[in-house]
Amino acid sequence: MPTVTLRVNGKERTAEIDVRTLLVDLLRERLQLTGTHVGCDTSQCGACTVLVEGRSVKSCTTLALDAEGADVTTIEGLSTNGRLHPMQAAFKEHHGLQCGFCTPGMVLSAVDLASRNGRPSEAEVRKWLDGNLCRCTGYHNIVKAVQAGAQAMGG
Amino acid sequence: MSDTGIGAAVRRKEDARFLTGTGRYTDDITRPDQLHAHFVRSPLARAVIRKIDTGAADKAPGVVAVLTGKELADDKVGGLPCGWLIHSKDGSPMKEPPHPPLAVTEVRYVGDAVAVVVAESRQQAKDAAQLVAVDYEELAAMASMEAALAEGAPQVHAEAPGNICFDWEIGDEAATKAAFEKAAHVAKLDLVNQRLIPNAIEPRAAIAEYDRASDTTTVWTTSQNPHVARLLMAAFVMGLPEHKLRVIAPDVGGGFGSKIFLYAEEVVVTWAARRLARPVKWTAERSESFQTDAHGRDHITHAELALDEDGKFLGLRVDTKANLGAYLSTFGSSIPTYLYATLLAGCYTTPAIYANVKAVFTHTTPVDAVRGAGRPEAAFLLERLVDVAAREMGIDRVEIRRKNFITNFPYQTPVALEYDAGDYVAALDKALDLADWKGFEARRAEAKKRGRLRGIGLSTFVEACGIAPSAVAGALGARAGLFESGQIRVHPTGSVTVYTGSHSHGQGHETTFAQLVSEFLGVDIDQVDVVHGDTEQVAFGMGTYGSRSAAVGGSALYMAMQKVIEKGTKIAAHLMEASPADVEFDKGTFRVKGTDKTKAFAEVSLAAYVPHDYPADLEPGLDETAFYDPKNFTFPAGAHVVEVEVDPETGVVELVSVACADDVGTVINPMIVDGQMHGGLAHGIGQALLEHARYDDSGQLLTGSYMSYSMPRASDLPSFKLGHSITACTHNPLGVKGVGEVGSIGVPPAVINAVVDALADLGVKHVDMPATPERVWRHIQQAQA
Repeated sequence: MPTVTLRVNGKERTAEIDVRTLLVDLLRERLQLTGTHVGCDTSQCGACTVLVEGRSVKSCTTLALDAEGADVTTIEGLSTNGRLHPMQAAFKEHHGLQCGFCTPGMVLSAVDLASRNGRPSEAEVRKWLDGNLCRCTGYHNIVKAVQAGAQAMGG
Repeated sequence: MSDTGIGAAVRRKEDARFLTGTGRYTDDITRPDQLHAHFVRSPLARAVIRKIDTGAADKAPGVVAVLTGKELADDKVGGLPCGWLIHSKDGSPMKEPPHPPLAVTEVRYVGDAVAVVVAESRQQAKDAAQLVAVDYEELAAMASMEAALAEGAPQVHAEAPGNICFDWEIGDEAATKAAFEKAAHVAKLDLVNQRLIPNAIEPRAAIAEYDRASDTTTVWTTSQNPHVARLLMAAFVMGLPEHKLRVIAPDVGGGFGSKIFLYAEEVVVTWAARRLARPVKWTAERSESFQTDAHGRDHITHAELALDEDGKFLGLRVDTKANLGAYLSTFGSSIPTYLYATLLAGCYTTPAIYANVKAVFTHTTPVDAVRGAGRPEAAFLLERLVDVAAREMGIDRVEIRRKNFITNFPYQTPVALEYDAGDYVAALDKALDLADWKGFEARRAEAKKRGRLRGIGLSTFVEACGIAPSAVAGALGARAGLFESGQIRVHPTGSVTVYTGSHSHGQGHETTFAQLVSEFLGVDIDQVDVVHGDTEQVAFGMGTYGSRSAAVGGSALYMAMQKVIEKGTKIAAHLMEASPADVEFDKGTFRVKGTDKTKAFAEVSLAAYVPHDYPADLEPGLDETAFYDPKNFTFPAGAHVVEVEVDPETGVVELVSVACADDVGTVINPMIVDGQMHGGLAHGIGQALLEHARYDDSGQLLTGSYMSYSMPRASDLPSFKLGHSITACTHNPLGVKGVGEVGSIGVPPAVINAVVDALADLGVKHVDMPATPERVWRHIQQAQA
């Protein structure tokens, strides 16, 4: 079996894997990073979103081998020294989560948006989140959280 | 109001773990030496199973066992039970055909499980499942109610002639007939309330583990009500003593009704873990969720409203056919009956109502509760019919509602319920104001200049939550109690652990219930933890469904806290050398009335556990439990106003504005309550404009993934305008009513009333849900033809 080496949340990790192993399975099952979730099998729901080289990627449709040498950030790696990242804090402040299942993907997708557009309009946030499904919040408070989080990130 | 008590928008305690990836959902759990299960499912809607050949799968790498319904029967594992017995109008009990967890002789819907492969890895189990050869003899499927009810249609179950599970009625048929005979006008409507797929974003999952030393089985599962799952699985399916089965529902990623029920997979995984003496885990793939999570709604209805010449409602007659799918799901029979037709009075004084509901078996996924469960079907029917009547009689849509509102409470409806409180006029006025109803015609004219058809729609509705009391529900056929348990364990230093039988899968109980402790015991919410979802830690519970947690679970906690205060008062009185009658408790302090002699709550709790100076006749400890059985349902109500613009060239409906004024009773945490409203509204708008579970004639699910089933996305929705118009529930100690389903009940008719309003000048009278561009475009073309 081939091995893959990548940086996950700042730490170098190496694993021997079956060639068909998906990035999400490597994270969840081999590295025990269960904050990344799987909500569908058609790349639609976005619960599995992680950052690869700072860009949001659906880890359910990325082969782990394709992440060779990449810098991967999961929800576990977003806060520093126990302090919430501004986007995480904004989701809490604006009640942008309920059951929490879509939340890691939403937050990481939002971080990517904020890095490209520091002052996204409501319409821009809604369009950007097209690839992240939430059944609990009706998106109302997620949109508010993403706008506030982007601003807090320095937008 | 304290900073953290009732009425405070406290930020949620549970968010820290959800935001940092440290939540613990069922699929996050790994047990030592665990095996993985993959189900072999029928690709056909109806077929006889001639033979199942497991030979090749048995020999596949990593496979530990391939099990079928035969082994399940050999081990005396029974079928899945139904929790509510309905009687037909002729007095006969509903038909209850067996529901085997693994089909043995015949499959009845696409996705019906026939075997399970258990292997060392998930991928090995999945690979080997492809090798299980099932020899099916395909038969013609009854994939719709029309097909199942056709003359001479083959039977889905031998036990149910005509494919009728029950033929049920409610109300006074003769009085309703008399009302129609004296009517000045009769409005009629045929409508479909389409089938929905619940789609919690966390797929269902279960892990079971058998411990030989204690002869105990533990099941982690995605359940809204772990005690109910335990009761059904232990007592009715597997014949295990309840104390030998522990069910844990850890963090659960949304329910929306779909995780109330006991499913085949939970039973099979539990049985397999015991049989193989190793932990067995199963997590649904989304395609399995589409096929096997119980679906919702699916009614075909003809309804008629009789009115006098002034537009007063005289009578309502409803004939509904409700699709139950292939088998009776856990509460499938109660949804189109006691949770539907009992709501047909709505907010109105209609004196005579009669409804007949025929429940039909078809070769489709079983149907049960989805957010709202019966009440959206009632509200949609009634609010559409009222609009039709208003248009036909030339009466203003707002005025016809005002004219018929119930204004005196308590109010006994002709369909069994007694509403305790409400103010429908106030909610309506507030919603109209929020929506700027008066300014609408100017906006319509402006849109017309742009070539857009603008419409505004309204719904005024009431729903019923916290279904109760147990004795009444039992008399109507419920096979379970409808109470809730709550335990308040005060620790020696005054911190508190709350144990509740309610279950949170997004609703924020860890915060809301901590706020109740802060309010009534004066304990800092950081000193309060809430435990739920574990049958070993929580005495008993009925779980969370039907917007019942605050009204029933919260009330149980209130009662337990009263016991804590009562006992604490005796301890404090002893410590202060006073009579208990002279001691009062407020904001965490016991005080001898009219004096400055006080004892803090933590001093009293410490005395309870270090009882050196202590009342002689009092037990030590401060740990109280209450079981609360409500006296009645609660009746949340509201008014929703929706504004849309239709593009006549494409049929696309743009949602311009959604304004709501809701009466959900006392609001404990306004931030959480608004969040529940938003989610319910999105679900209801999804039904009105996007979602539709469809089968072809052979019973294949055409909408089996997110590529073909249209879930509401952020870009489909506007921000919502919310207002509250509160009256307190009169019969529970908190005055709360419930909020989880209000949006999904109230908003669908408001959306469709707005779409019809936009198209009314073209002559369109009704549009069924979902109002997709294609459907709306066809209405426009037909109207112009």
